[in-house]
Amino acid sequence: MAATNGWAGAPSGRQRAVAERTERTIRRRRLRSSVMIGLMYVAAAVAILPLLLIVIHLIRLGGSSVNLAFFTHMQRSPGESGGGMANAIVGTLILIGIASAVGLPVGIGAGLYLAEKRTTLLATTVRFLADVLNGLPSIVMGIFAWELLVKPVRHFSALAGGIALGAMMIPMVTRTTEEMVRLVPISLREAALALGYSRWRTSLSIVLRTALGGIVTGALVAMARIAGETAPLLFTALGNQFWSTSLRAPIAALPLQIFNYAISAYDEWHAQAWAGALVLVGIVFVISLAARVATRQRYGAGD
Amino acid sequence: MTDAVARDPTQVTEVATGPAPAGSSRSWTEIGTEIGDRVYTWSIAGFASLVPILLLLIFVAVGVAAWPALRAFGLSFLTSSDWDPVAGHFGAAPAIYGTIVSSILALVVATPLALGVAVFLSEFAPSWLRGPVAFAVDLLAAVPSVIYGLWGIFILIPFLREYLMPFLRDTLHLGVLPLFTGPAYGSSMLAAGLILAIMCLPYISAVTREVLLAVPRSQREAALALGATRWEVIRDAVIPYARSGIIGGIILGLGRALGETMAVTMLIGNRHEISASLFAPGYTMASLIANEFSEATGDMHLAALMAVGFVLLLVTFLVNAIARWLVWQTARER
Amino acid sequence: MKPLSLVFAAAIVVAGCAGSADKAQKDSASGAAPATATSAGGGALTGAGATFPYPIYSKWFTDYAAKTGVKINYQPIGSGGGIRQLQEQTVDFGASDAPMSDDEMSKAKGGPVQHIPTVLGAVCITYNVPEITQPLKLTGDLIADIFLGKVTKWNDSRIAALNKGVALPNRDLVVVHRSDGSGTSYIFTDYLSAVSPAWKTSPGKGKDVSWPAGLGAKGNDGVTGQVKQTPGAIGYVELAYARQNKLPVASLRNAAGQFIAPSIDAVTAAAAGAASKFPPSSDYRVSIVNAPGAQAYPISSFTWILLYKTQPNAEKGKQLLDFLKWALHDGEQTAGSLDYAPLPTPLIARLDSTLATIKVGATP
Repeated sequence: MAATNGWAGAPSGRQRAVAERTERTIRRRRLRSSVMIGLMYVAAAVAILPLLLIVIHLIRLGGSSVNLAFFTHMQRSPGESGGGMANAIVGTLILIGIASAVGLPVGIGAGLYLAEKRTTLLATTVRFLADVLNGLPSIVMGIFAWELLVKPVRHFSALAGGIALGAMMIPMVTRTTEEMVRLVPISLREAALALGYSRWRTSLSIVLRTALGGIVTGALVAMARIAGETAPLLFTALGNQFWSTSLRAPIAALPLQIFNYAISAYDEWHAQAWAGALVLVGIVFVISLAARVATRQRYGAGD
Repeated sequence: MTDAVARDPTQVTEVATGPAPAGSSRSWTEIGTEIGDRVYTWSIAGFASLVPILLLLIFVAVGVAAWPALRAFGLSFLTSSDWDPVAGHFGAAPAIYGTIVSSILALVVATPLALGVAVFLSEFAPSWLRGPVAFAVDLLAAVPSVIYGLWGIFILIPFLREYLMPFLRDTLHLGVLPLFTGPAYGSSMLAAGLILAIMCLPYISAVTREVLLAVPRSQREAALALGATRWEVIRDAVIPYARSGIIGGIILGLGRALGETMAVTMLIGNRHEISASLFAPGYTMASLIANEFSEATGDMHLAALMAVGFVLLLVTFLVNAIARWLVWQTARER
Repeated sequence: MKPLSLVFAAAIVVAGCAGSADKAQKDSASGAAPATATSAGGGALTGAGATFPYPIYSKWFTDYAAKTGVKINYQPIGSGGGIRQLQEQTVDFGASDAPMSDDEMSKAKGGPVQHIPTVLGAVCITYNVPEITQPLKLTGDLIADIFLGKVTKWNDSRIAALNKGVALPNRDLVVVHRSDGSGTSYIFTDYLSAVSPAWKTSPGKGKDVSWPAGLGAKGNDGVTGQVKQTPGAIGYVELAYARQNKLPVASLRNAAGQFIAPSIDAVTAAAAGAASKFPPSSDYRVSIVNAPGAQAYPISSFTWILLYKTQPNAEKGKQLLDFLKWALHDGEQTAGSLDYAPLPTPLIARLDSTLATIKVGATP
């Protein structure tokens, strides 16, 4: 409309042409925007699809085996009913606990260092090496942990398994912590220091707490990964057919048990393997939920 | 606020507190603060140093174990395709090739999807949907590798063999390209690449999502004020601000792809052969170690497997160095 | 910081409770340095090794624990892993599907190693050809040529010659082998080396060989799945997998010239035939493929438990020997229920006397 485009008087032919071209461009940009946004929705759906398919598959194949016996009984031979993975469930929880106790402090501490002393030689080196460590196959970590933690003392132990898993968590937690702490605006840090907070209190009470949501995400993703790892445990925690919660003895773990059952010949054991996988995902789900609720706060560090 | 990410935040401290004025005695509080600061700095530096120490230990341990094989075969270990434990010849070229190809394929597929999910969650999803969907994607990281492998065998491989591969090769006529030729067995580089993509997805998406959410609203508002469409806001205002974080997430996912063993070994066909086609079976270094370590007893066989691990460490080094260099390049261009 | 510290505290508390609950429960640690005494109320031993006998061993150990209170924890980390752990003395006993070589035995840090065969396994040739409805007959050298890639079609004249009257389709033969190292591959390649000079030259026998042709699948379950899904496929799997999945299996010609289908009795017959030829001083590190005997199935094999001839810890040594005696008599009765072939009776008698020679409570 001639009156609203800001030009005085009636638009000339050239002005009308420019207006039309601008209109077309705007329409094209809007169309592109809608298309791209549509693609985003599609991408989100495609990304969720595998998870849905896998969980549905797990429920269908293993759901019927997840009963009370599964949580209270231990290994039974195929052909005998009522078997379960009670010792493996408890074992996995213990291993996750040990791994987190080892991996989280080191990872978060290292992440803080990387975020604060960004350009020192140590920081650059650690950042690079953490990424390299992340790509290490878990079986190599298991072999290494065996050499260091099992062979010298001549016995397998839950502690060795937990430490191996914790070592695997470190690079992931380090990098995600660094990224999240870096996002905290520097104005927040300056304000705290201006109010008289010491450097260490600023870092821990102010900056870390602000970045906590993101750090927790990183920690949970790392924990989820190690909860499902088999190879590092094969040569450290070994696995246990019987009930054992001792840190200095072999301990059962869900991924180990799942693996042993899944590659066997027996249908009963296959069903138990799927049930075990379902329970494992369920455990990670519950821990993640609990951690998110416990650390719930304003999402992200943006202003 | 972009210079916020460039300055070393601890330098601010010197400006804020400054040295004590000459002649005044320091209070206990000040001494305590200084001790606290020093302990803190040394603690986090100590934790950070554990990373290079750990990697150095692993590097040395693997290198020492690998030395007999590396010395015996030399460079042919990297170029030969002959892997014969009975005869004692070991050449890891197909495994090296397969690791690189499957990881690249995984990232190529996973990155757009992960970005799409992250953008969807940070920009468009209603807040009631955001939590559960983010949670669901993160949960993908919890599924054990062996379950991915089994799911791949029962669901993904038949799907590839009966639908996707014939579709790509015949319907889309991509069979003329060497990438898509050959019989469709199902177990293939493509299957391994796809399962790796699913496994990398949660890492890239989790980090990207957090980073996008942390982009200040002022960035978006400024772009909108200038007349950008919603897509343009994302493309030109949000993503560039978050670029280094996004690349960090991709590198995290890359780490998983390079080191993944169980799921890959169940889907890749395990053939010591280099083939241009994605439909052909192949091998990766990590799955080679996983496949043979438990049963290997010969000294040279074990040393050869450790040598594969050593080469994998080197390849990981190299790939990460290239990725870092790319980050540095894009940062310089801004 | 409170929530995070709560999480740490919880983790540490769980770990601590685990440690103290252990003392309260008297579930003692196993496998520590030999001088450690086990607690009252049943002992605990640790073993590791072969994956093939895992189902029957875990059944035996569960049954034995119910009977005597002695908990023996066995984990299937692979024969190679089991041998390594035994060499390093991180376990009380090992288990392997292939006998230890002299070189491996010399590296065992606890002295000389005794092999005790426990059960028998068999490798079946399975296939997926919808057009064939009767069991196929095959010979060893033919199978070797198939796996060498020299025979490529199902209606090859050599297959037809052995199976007169069976309509063979003009399909491609798709060979499926193991991609991972395994005792099953060892037994199979051992057999092929025995019946085919071409195979013996290359690829030879081993847990892991360089396969000239075909697809690699991981694990017995992988081969089973691959064969089931690929029309025209032929592969080799353990007896239990063939029976549990009701796969078609081929009858093989044995050393006596008879075509024998894989079955528990045929496998035990193979062991009986081979054992009758053992010298008195045999250390049981023997291959029994292509065994003599009219009813013997040709691809049969022992699986062994490995222990030191001198057991330094008196209590653990006695517990281990008591278990082995129980296994050889009572345990063997249940082997068939899980598709494992029991040892022939004369061999069990010999093993009893071998067990009596294990020294307990001394140093080598």
